[in-house]
Order: sequence, then structure tokens, then C-alpha cells
Amino acid sequence: MTGSIWNLAWRESRTARRRLLLYMSSISLGVAALVAIDSFSANIIQSVKDQSRALMGGDISFNSSKPIPPAVDSLFDSLSRHGVAFARVTTFPSMAVVPRTSGTRFSQVRGVTDNYPFYGKITTEPAGRWKLLQQGPYAIVDPSLLTTLDAKVGDTLKLGFGTFTIIASVADVPGAAGIAEMLGPRIFIPARYIAETQLLVFGSTADRTVLARIPAGTDPDKFVKPIKTRLESQQVRVRTVTQSEMQTADAIENLSDFIAIVGLVALLLGGIGVASGVRAFVARKIDTVAVLRCLGASSGQVLTIYVVQAAAMGLVGAAAGVLLGVLIQFALPHVLTGFLPIDVSVSLVPSAIVEGLAVGGWIALVFALRPLLALRNVSPLQTLRRDTDADVLRMRWTDAPRIAVNVGLVASVIGIALARARTTKQAFAMSAATGMAILALVASAALLSWAARKGLRKRWPYVMRQGVANLYRPGNQTRAVILALGFGAFLVSTLYLVQHNILHRFTVAAQESRGNVVFFDVQQDQGAGLDSLIRAGGHQIVQTAPVVTMRIAAINGKRVSDMLPVQRDQRGRAGWALRREFRSTYRDRPAASETIVAGKWFSDSSLRAPKDTGEISMEEGVAKELNVKLGDVIVWNVQGVEIPTRITSLRKVVWTRFEPNFFVVFAPPILKGAPNQLVLLAQVRDERQVALLQRAVVNRFPNVSSIDLSAIKRTVDRIVERVSLAIRFMALFSLAVAIPVLFSAVSATRRARVREGVLLKTLGATRGQIARILLAEYSLLGLLGGLTGMVLSVAGGWAVVRYIFNMPFAPPLLPIAGIALVIVALTLLIGLLAGRDVFRETPIAALRDA
Amino acid sequence: MLIASDVTKEYMSGEQKLAVLRDVSFTIPQGAFVAIVGPSGSGKTTLLGLLAGLDTPTRGTVVLDGADLGALSENDRARLRGEKVGFVFQTFQLIPTLTALENVQVPLELRGSDGAVERARELIERVGLRDRGHHFPMQLSGGEQQRVAVARAFANSPRILFADEPTGNLDHATGQRIFELLQSLNSESGSTIVLVTHDSTLASRASRIIRLLDGAIVEDTGAPPSVPA
Repeated sequence: MTGSIWNLAWRESRTARRRLLLYMSSISLGVAALVAIDSFSANIIQSVKDQSRALMGGDISFNSSKPIPPAVDSLFDSLSRHGVAFARVTTFPSMAVVPRTSGTRFSQVRGVTDNYPFYGKITTEPAGRWKLLQQGPYAIVDPSLLTTLDAKVGDTLKLGFGTFTIIASVADVPGAAGIAEMLGPRIFIPARYIAETQLLVFGSTADRTVLARIPAGTDPDKFVKPIKTRLESQQVRVRTVTQSEMQTADAIENLSDFIAIVGLVALLLGGIGVASGVRAFVARKIDTVAVLRCLGASSGQVLTIYVVQAAAMGLVGAAAGVLLGVLIQFALPHVLTGFLPIDVSVSLVPSAIVEGLAVGGWIALVFALRPLLALRNVSPLQTLRRDTDADVLRMRWTDAPRIAVNVGLVASVIGIALARARTTKQAFAMSAATGMAILALVASAALLSWAARKGLRKRWPYVMRQGVANLYRPGNQTRAVILALGFGAFLVSTLYLVQHNILHRFTVAAQESRGNVVFFDVQQDQGAGLDSLIRAGGHQIVQTAPVVTMRIAAINGKRVSDMLPVQRDQRGRAGWALRREFRSTYRDRPAASETIVAGKWFSDSSLRAPKDTGEISMEEGVAKELNVKLGDVIVWNVQGVEIPTRITSLRKVVWTRFEPNFFVVFAPPILKGAPNQLVLLAQVRDERQVALLQRAVVNRFPNVSSIDLSAIKRTVDRIVERVSLAIRFMALFSLAVAIPVLFSAVSATRRARVREGVLLKTLGATRGQIARILLAEYSLLGLLGGLTGMVLSVAGGWAVVRYIFNMPFAPPLLPIAGIALVIVALTLLIGLLAGRDVFRETPIAALRDA
Repeated sequence: MLIASDVTKEYMSGEQKLAVLRDVSFTIPQGAFVAIVGPSGSGKTTLLGLLAGLDTPTRGTVVLDGADLGALSENDRARLRGEKVGFVFQTFQLIPTLTALENVQVPLELRGSDGAVERARELIERVGLRDRGHHFPMQLSGGEQQRVAVARAFANSPRILFADEPTGNLDHATGQRIFELLQSLNSESGSTIVLVTHDSTLASRASRIIRLLDGAIVEDTGAPPSVPA
């Protein structure tokens, strides 16, 4: 018996398959989003796993901003007798000069020992030069350095007081260069020639990394465990390959959280589209079902026939979505080139594909079930006497299967949210927000119907009255259209709001910066000379700040060396902040890029003369990491001298503003006299002037580095551009989801509409009058749907920006209004397209059909 | 045997109760050919719906082969229809997405009977559409569609067949042929036929006529003679 029903279901779907598939395609784009996102992030995570050794260059990295202490060196010596190999990389900034072209460029120099790297391959152009690097005073540089300095292989390169020969450019280093190169191109030199540059003087910025390769089969985490505390007490940071994997994965989590929500919402929107599409489908099937009932079909058999059809088409729709998702997955790396910190190798992810099929098929089925249930109630009597579609399909609220399907629907949404969100709380918040959005839309649809009924005035022209009356008459489409429209508008506009808020922050902050060239590593005795050199060129010095390096010795009387390191996510004082080297400054006024958020700026007395316990102002983020508050006492170790201070204010710092910013600012009298360096921020007119000034400075002060901030800003702009492109793509994508959904929503009541329109035509209504009736109805629907969607999106955007990205939120009202207008226009267009059938059909055909 | 006793059907029309049928009673023996006639609005179609178990009466009972239709659930009535009842409609009511042959198969497939295809082919030949079996309804003329509908009605060898204005949408000659088809199938299979029509020539060829007016029987040519008061 079941076999025959399946046959019947298959045959009966014959002409309806295309239409049903069209409705089910609403789900496709949502599935495509899910599959693309899941597959691509799986690819990223796998790539991170595959490449983390190559990215790091070893199994374990030991890292310090000071020369490696002798005690640690002897520890390494003893380990190397047990089969552990070590390679060293010293990274420091320097101005690179090519005398032949007299070009200068801020660069990152990496002095490496001959066994670097242990993992991954560095290839060069011309090929095979990497192994020659150690044979003399040679340099291998990023290609961008050659371009900007107009240099070529074979040229002489000056770094500080050292002279090197460029023997090759880098063709490929593990990990994509994009962001790494932002601060300055890389220059690899042999470690033993670092001293010749004379750049590593007291207080200069440098990073010493020792990479270890441990015997195969040894777990890096277990290996470092016994020595970790000892090393950290010597201010040597230890990181293993597994830790760095986790960090990279964490870094992409925020973004993927956001995209996961978008995927879920797109899927739900698709579900709504399926529901209204299937409603239209069900209306067309009333007559067939009535005949089947006459011929002895039970309600269960009828339901089986159409559920089988819907499930099959839902699966096909989901499969199409999977295919599209995979295509997007393969396209993504091209869009994101230079933005991701690794080379992502793209491959099919079976679990994502199966999940996309299952989730998409299931959502399509659950959303289709709701309207399909109405077919059970179609009476065989309809063969003799046909009621209106709306009357036939009416269901009672108390209908048990209907309640069960509703519960199943809610459970499915929560279930999928639970499976996708990182925390249960987030999943429930997401589900609740979605539920609230739907409720708000249903409420506003009810409001519109109510207002249309109450507001209708007899004196209005007929077409207007008819159009408005369509909003509340029996079997109206107000709720279906408002739901589809509002949800679509909500999705598109939320994406826009989030993009706007995240990116706006970067660009505005960068533009506000008053200077564009920063000079650092300036020794105390060079300050005056540099100052006059800059001014002599007619440039302006915006800010000069002394920099004093220091570490925390004690907090509230407790020595740092006695404090237990605190793990991530635990309450307490973060290890990195306790052990880091602080580069602090002193000044008598807050800088333009910072605002006091707690306490008061330094008192007059503390500005005049040093006290026993000096006053400091701390950046709020680092204060939180250190778990300190106003009034706490911190003792600093400033190059051997202990200086007690009290926190008297907390500052909020706009870090994205390209200016020298500091975690800790001291009241001047305490630090005056401490050995320091200087940072200068200058405003220089154009690119050529910047190059000239940089060259002049490097000639006179080879140890002083300078960064052209406008160049960095351009790079940031490029990255921001990429991200906006990606988000705009998603917004467009959601709009693409919304269109078929809207079509489905409109087609649900199409038959009734055509019949009525044709009747009006028979009674003498002109095309124009019918068009105006539709116009009145759809513009009201579009306006209210768009408006509700906008209000919802402001709430949704605020929640996403505030809680996922932890940023302040400001809605840009004008563009949002623009989106609303586009939505209204789209609704009108779709409404009038749907109305085309009214014009096309002859009165006689429609009346005979009715 | 079909027995209607005191069948009354009322609808709510707004606030008002509207009786479409009032205390209708009759008995139709197996194998009879009965025509129900009456003007528009006299309750013919409502009565047909009640007799066929498509609807249930407000009061009174309809008993088909010993089964009280009003006491059965909607699904039990569907099963009963599948086993014992055939239908022919004025508007043919073929399923547009199925071919002629497949339309005839439907009642058999719903019951899960074996040999549905053979039986359907046999019937399609019997109604003279051997070459049209693979056509869709919209590719057939009205008369052909109605012949498919007749074949479908006889697919499950019904005990009783209801025909609602079966010739109403057809020209006179085609209508005649459909009527003759119904008659010959009635005599071959021994099914009861209940025909609703307002074509009096057609009705006159039935073995019994029940005439309705305003929801009540005003004439029944087959009823036992009433005893004059």
C-alpha cells in the first residue's frame, strides 16, 4: 500500500514539481550560506593545523624582548644534548637604505641562525639562494622593499652601520604576507652580522625568539611543562605549536560567530519563504485533494502524498544550496587574499555538506508541514460545492497536529541555534531574538490590518478603498508579506549596520590622527637634533613623548614573583600583563586620543614636585587585565630602581588612532631623570616630502626608525575595503534570499487575487484602476514591512555590535532609510509583477475556471 | 441497499438557521437506477453529499449496506467510499496532473489493490478510450474526460455509484452516450446508481424518480403507496 502511495505522490507531483521546487529554492541560499561558512572555516582550521609548525618555524617558541638570560641559555645547552635543536631569530625595526638609489624604507630586520626554519620552506627569487644567506653579509628581502626603494638583487643595503648585499628576494615564506608586511617589509640577514648594524643599543625595540625542534613523537605541551615556570620567571614567554593553533582559531571566532548568525537567519528566512510558497501550493491542490478524498483517500494518505513531495523537493532545494555553497567556498580565498594570516587550502568538507543537506532539508520540511497540515481538513464535499481557499484551509488553534508542528518548529530553531552557537546562552539569545522579531512582525501585520479596517473612509476613491480593504479582508496576505518582507529587510539592514559600525570606527579614527610620520628609538641626546632637522624642512612636530621601559615589581605590596600565573578566562591577574615590559611616558596633560573614564587627572601638587608615591594614569583595558583599580599601589622596576606609584585615574584610549599611545602615563616629576628614549609624531605634507625627510633622518641618525603612517593607513584602508566587500556580498546575498521569499509570499494569495481582478475587469474596471488598487495595497505593505524591519535591525545590529564585537553602536539613519525605500520599491515591483496575470487572463477563462 | 431515514440538514446562515433538507426518507434496493430531480436550490446536491457520506446529516441516518454513515469517523467513511462507492461529477474532477489511465488507477492504489494497471486498462478499453489512456485530462474532450471519470467510478466495482449532473457540461449527443454507458455498466455489474439531474428526459429513463422541492420529497415513483388518510 505504501508503495502505491509513493507512486501516486511521484506521479501527482508531475506538473507541480517545478513550482514546488521554486518555493523550496528559498531554502537554497540559506543552505548555501551555511555550507560555505562551515566548509571554509573547517578549511581554515585545518590549514592552521597543517601550517602552524611552518608558521612558527619550530615546535616551541621562546620569546623575550631582552637578550636571552645566561641561565636560560645554559638550559637550552643542556637540552640540546638530549636531541633538541635550537634556531634563533632576532627581529628589530630599522630604516633600510639603498645608497645607489638613495631610497629609504622602514623595515623589519630578522637576524636568523643557519638552521632557521625547522619547518616550512622559504623560497627565493632567484631560486635556491636561501642556503647562501649565511655565507657572508648578505640580505634576502621582501619584494616590496625592492619596489619601493627602486632596488634590485645585487644592490648594497645599509642597515644602521652595517652594509649588506641583497642576494635575492623572498618568493614564499610560510604564512601569507599581507598583514605582516603592513608595518614594513622583512629583511633576513645572518644572525652573526646583527652586531655590525649597532642598532641593538640600550632600550631599543627588539624581539628575540628561540625556536626549538623536539624529537619526533614528543608532545610539545608536555615537553615545556616542567621548564615553563622557570622560563617565565626570567621573562621568557613560551608558546607551543598547539597553543598558537588555538590562538589563530580564536582570532577568527568573532567573525565566524557573526557569520553563523547570518547563516541561521538566512535559513529561517528561507523557511518562511518555503512556508508561504507551500501555502500557495496547497491552495492549488484543494480540488485534487477533494477528489482523492471522494475516491477513498484517508487524511493520512493525503498528507503522506504531499509531505513526500515537499520533502523530496526540499531535499533538492537543499542540494542546490549545497552546490552553491561549495562554489562560494572555493571562491572565498580569492576574495580574501592577503587578509587571512595563512594560506588556506580549500577542499570539500563532507561533514559540512551532509549537515547543510540535513539542516536545509529539515527546515524546509518543518516549515512546509505547517501549511500542508491544512490539506487534512479538505472535505470531499468540495467536489460538489467549492468554498473559498481561505475557508477550506482554515485550521483551528487547538488542532493537535498543528500545535505539534509549531512546537517542532520552535524546537528545530533552538536546536540548530544550539548546534551552531558557541555557548548555550548565545543560542537561546539568538532563538529568543528571532522569536521576538517574528512576533514583532506578526504584531505589526495585525496592526496594519486593524488600522486599515478602522481607517478606511467612504469618501476615498474606489481604487484606494479596494486596495486598503485588501489588507484586512478574509484570506488576506498581510501577515505573510509583512513577515517575509520585514524579516528580509531586517537581515539586510542588520548586515549593513554591523559592517558600517565596525569599519567606520577604523577609518574615522585613522583620519583623526594629526600626524603622519612617527619617529621612534630616538636616544635622549638625539632629541634636539632631530627636532630641529624636522622643523628645518618646514614640517610640524605634533607630539614628542619620552619613553621609559619598566616592569611591574609589586602590586599592593605583593611581589610579582610571588604571584601565581592565572590561566585564560580565569579571574585574576593576567600573566602577560604582569610580566610584560611596559613602555610608559610622562606628561602633564591627557593626549587628544584619550579620555579619563575614572578618577582624576594628576593633582597640581603631584605635577609640581615628586612625592613618595607618585601618581599614574592607567589605560582601562590593561587595568582590567591586571585586576587593579583606582587607589591601588604599583611598584615599578625602572631599570633596577623601584618606584612606587598609586593609580589616580583610568583612561580610555582610541588605539586605532595612529598616534603614540601608552598603557601607563606617569606624573612627570617621578620619572624625570630616568633614562629614556623619545617618540616624535610629525605632520609632513606629501609622500615625496616624507621620503626626503626619512632619508635625511636616517643619514644623520641611523638608529632612528620612522614609519610613514599614511602608508599604513592605505594598507588598512585596503583591508577594510576587502572586509566591506565581503560583508556587502553577504548583504546582497541575503537580499537575494529575500526576493524569492517575497515572491512566494505574494503567490500564496495569487489565485484569489486573479479571480477577483478578473471579476473587476468583467464589471468594467480598467487596467489602470486594477494597477492602482494593487499599488495602494503593496505600498502600504512595503512601507510597514520595511519600517518594522528597520526598527528590528537597529535592535539586532546594536546587539551584534555590542555583544559579539564589543564595540559602541551608532545607527546611520540616512542609509537605513535608503534600504527601507529599496524594500518598498521591491515590494511594489513584485506586487505589480504578480498582478500581471490579472491583465493577461481573459474574464471568460477565469470565470469558467472558478 | 441504501436507507435514508428522516434526514435533515441545517446550515447557519449568519444568525439564522437554514434547513436545506427536511425529514427525507427512502430506501433504495441494490441494483436500482434512481434519479433525483428538482430545481436549483431544492437540495439535490446536499442530499447526494449525505448519501455518499461526503457529509453527515444534522438529524436522521443514512445507512449504506448496513453501515450507519453518521456513526463512522471521517477516515472510516473515506475507507467505505474507497471500497463501495463510485462518483461521477458534472465537472469531471479528473486529477489534472495524472494521465487518463493513472486517474482510473487512483482508487485501486489508495486501497493498495494488486493489478491496478491491468484493471485500469480494462476499464479504459471498456469506455472506448484504448488509445487515449496516456493523455492528460486537458488533452481530452469533455465527453472523453467524462468517460474516464466513469471508468474511474467503476474501478473498485462499487456497490453504489453517485452521479452529479454527469451530462450537465456536455452536448446532448455526448450526454446520451455517457448515460447509456452508465446504464449498461449498471446492468453488467449490478451496482446501484443514484443520478442527480434536472434534465427530465434523462430522468425519465431511470427506473425510479425522487423529486425534491425546497428540501423535501414531493414525488417518489418507487415509494410504497401511501395510505390515504
